[in-house]
Amino acid sequence: MRVVIVTFPGSNCDYDLYKCVQLAGGAPEFRWHRETELGDVDVVMLPGGFSYGDYLRAGAIATLSPIMDAVKNFAESGGPVLGICNGFQMLCESGLLPGALLRNRSLLFSSRDVLLRVEQTSSIFTQGYDSKQILRMPIAHAEGNYHADVETLDRLEGEGRVLFRYTDRDGEPVDGANPNGSARSIAGIVNGAGNVMGMMPHPERAVEPILGSVDGLGLFTTLLSPNAALGTG
Amino acid sequence: MSRFRVEIRVIPRPGLLDPEGKAILQALHSLDYEQVREVRVGKVIYLNVEAASGEQAREGAEAMCRRLLANPVTEDFEITVQEATEETVPA
Repeated sequence: MRVVIVTFPGSNCDYDLYKCVQLAGGAPEFRWHRETELGDVDVVMLPGGFSYGDYLRAGAIATLSPIMDAVKNFAESGGPVLGICNGFQMLCESGLLPGALLRNRSLLFSSRDVLLRVEQTSSIFTQGYDSKQILRMPIAHAEGNYHADVETLDRLEGEGRVLFRYTDRDGEPVDGANPNGSARSIAGIVNGAGNVMGMMPHPERAVEPILGSVDGLGLFTTLLSPNAALGTG
Repeated sequence: MSRFRVEIRVIPRPGLLDPEGKAILQALHSLDYEQVREVRVGKVIYLNVEAASGEQAREGAEAMCRRLLANPVTEDFEITVQEATEETVPA
């Protein structure tokens, strides 16, 4: 599977993603944000980082980069798009995903491991996991507090579009396990068509034992498996 | 064409959690300013624009807010337009 990783000025997880895609059996290549064509590609990934210094709002200015028209067209034609951390912020800012990511309620940049519960296993992004499986992976953000109006939150829940939730080790989405104040402890969501996913935690930083967790690898091995049933999410 | 000084105030929507405002509220209370009931923190953006009229300058700024300067999910905006004078030209 050919994977394009878009690099913006200020991206800092692009190489982590590159290595992770290789580990998962995919063929990664970087695409600079000034380019206008994605080329022949199966999956697009928007990496974490601080594109444009988080000026104005995190992810806001990156949505105007030349490559983003091609990313939107790819997403609208059903191509899988994964946005992690700053990539998730870009997907919300561009309108490809609903809602917004606000300042953490602690006001602090939070960099630590969190526990996530897998909420849906029918998605192309999560079909490699067991239902309600608990995953450990790091977060590293200051604006990860997911916000949407009540109607949007209800629609996301009703349509099974919340893929990951912050929980404690018993799998309970208690307030103390919510690292940033996200509405309903939401850590990752997918669009209505099932092909665009955004999440604040970093699965690409949990793919080798030396990193402390390998729980993120399943997302990539499944997504990049040649047998992945794309578009059935 | 004239020059206008456009002031855009971007404010978190009412009811939305504003942790920065809350932290400032607590700090003001620690200085004994108990009369403060709420603090909300937004940002101010100044534009120096060329337009045929103040109305045209405002319409342009509204479009800019909808497309980029404010997040429609979380923020409201208010716009003030002033004809630029010698003093206001450096926005």
